[in-house]
Amino acid sequence: MIELEGLTKRYGDKTAVDDLTFTVRPGIVTGFLGPNGAGKSTTMRMILGLDHPTAGQVRIDGKRYQQLKDPLTYIGALLDAKAMHGGRSAFNHLLCLAQSNGIPRRRVGEVLDTVGLSAVARKKAKGFSLGMGQRLGIAGALLGDPRILMFDEPVNGLDPEGIHWIRTLMKSLAAQGRTVFVSSHLMSEMALTAEHLVVIGQGRLLADTSMADFIRANSRSYVRVRSPQRERLLDVLHGAGITVVETGTGALEVEGGKAEPIGELAAQNGVVLHELSIQQASLEEAFMQLTAESVEYHAHSDSPPVPQEWGAGWDKGA
Amino acid sequence: MSTHQPPMPQAPQAAPDWQAAPGGPYPGYTSPIPVVRTNLRHAITSEWTKIRSVRSTMWTLGVFVLLVVGIGLLAAAVVSGSSSEDLGGQNALSLGFFGLLLGCICIITLGVLTTASEYGTGMIRTTMVACPSRVRVLAAKSIVFFAVAFVITLATSSFVAMTQVSMLGHSARTPTGGEWLKATVGVSLYIALLGLLSLLVGSVIRHSAGAITIMIGAVLAPLVIALFMFSSQLEKVRTALFEYSIPNQMSIFYSNSLGDGGPSGWDPLWIVLGVTAVAFAGACALLEKRDV
Repeated sequence: MIELEGLTKRYGDKTAVDDLTFTVRPGIVTGFLGPNGAGKSTTMRMILGLDHPTAGQVRIDGKRYQQLKDPLTYIGALLDAKAMHGGRSAFNHLLCLAQSNGIPRRRVGEVLDTVGLSAVARKKAKGFSLGMGQRLGIAGALLGDPRILMFDEPVNGLDPEGIHWIRTLMKSLAAQGRTVFVSSHLMSEMALTAEHLVVIGQGRLLADTSMADFIRANSRSYVRVRSPQRERLLDVLHGAGITVVETGTGALEVEGGKAEPIGELAAQNGVVLHELSIQQASLEEAFMQLTAESVEYHAHSDSPPVPQEWGAGWDKGA
Repeated sequence: MSTHQPPMPQAPQAAPDWQAAPGGPYPGYTSPIPVVRTNLRHAITSEWTKIRSVRSTMWTLGVFVLLVVGIGLLAAAVVSGSSSEDLGGQNALSLGFFGLLLGCICIITLGVLTTASEYGTGMIRTTMVACPSRVRVLAAKSIVFFAVAFVITLATSSFVAMTQVSMLGHSARTPTGGEWLKATVGVSLYIALLGLLSLLVGSVIRHSAGAITIMIGAVLAPLVIALFMFSSQLEKVRTALFEYSIPNQMSIFYSNSLGDGGPSGWDPLWIVLGVTAVAFAGACALLEKRDV
């Protein structure tokens, strides 16, 4: 269980995370959704004690992260695939993590097996593809057999097989009674894995709801009708007491209705139809609507660039 | 079995087997892996695995040994091959200085890489997640690095010293026990502490190239600047820069100095020890204060 209470992080004037309060419960996969720059990674870094919150606090099974003596057996995290020394072999990378938490050496072989990297255990991490790096990061998260798992954008850069593997893995971990907290900026991905949803935008909590409720509330279906006799059709539909929304493209939309009565009405009144179809608004659209006001980096945005920490750009050249 | 369970308003009503599992008010999965209360020993084991499992350690230490042994033997060969004149009352140990002066750049590099490279690769986040006590991480790194640097420097400088003394046994004065101690253990402690200081600078600067530049500048700049201080008003500054420059401090372990005043005997060791202690306190404070 992860409990956030009024968690806030400010960098100067900029508020990256703004008063977040929610609980991530065991036994289910909780999706952590938000557009790029919404503060997902910052929140996860604060959960792991890497960044100091400006205000508020995080509890891991009731304890602060700094109080955990063997944190890897409480919480395993995949932050980014390349948070490792490229010159070290996969085996040694996991071994030094295991040793720091007093985890038996045999676990290294076990988790390498779980993620399917046994064959390259002695190979250097810098030769790994993004997918292999992601798997090694997940192996590190599983090392302590923790009760809580946290994955930051785990499907980024994975092939379809890898994505399927991660989905299955997360579900099976949750089914064992573990807390699984996974961030993503793709609603479609979350719809397939998460049972609960936490949505943030510009650091603020936008939704904390079960996936079923979110789908019920947001999956709008409507009938789209196109006709060369648009005015006539409008009159007919109005006459039958059907509410019609006119869209800019010339098509008419009928909320929630069924297609059959509209077709029959048109036929009775001799109106020619060019299209009569049932449309389903995707969850992606629902998510975009929810976060529309809080998307930080619009394509047309003219906000000034975020100042970098001194020396932060050096690594890119090296 | 779950009738007397405390109410859990937030827990979903599923999987009764994990509700019965131990874990206090926080239900969930319980691992068969034994729970260990970790301490500094675990962090040291982990850091030892880290330092021995990257090739840059082997490279920097290999180059160090080559430089110290190569230059040391070359100097001894040149001196013994030239005239039969003696070393002007000096003992043969002082010839070990040249190799160590160059070699200390390798130790500085390794020290910086021990901390700063983790920031370059992102490994530091993994490290700090695994061990939330940041001071413990820095202490473990310091202990492991200091031990490695001291043992390697001691072995190399002792080997070079013995070879030089045996090569120049006829022309040079036989060194005393105190001189032996300073030229092996003393100078090795000094160089290992210089490396430890670099490790701490690496932790503060968080960038390998930047920290290495600062440390090499600190070793060489005072001496080079002093060389060009011709005006007599600057005479005192010039002397102080000479006497307290790191090469001169190293030279004092061989009873040679560019000045008459300034540090002598074991003073350089106490100076670098003090500076390193201050740097350690500063690095710890910054580590606790900053975000990783």
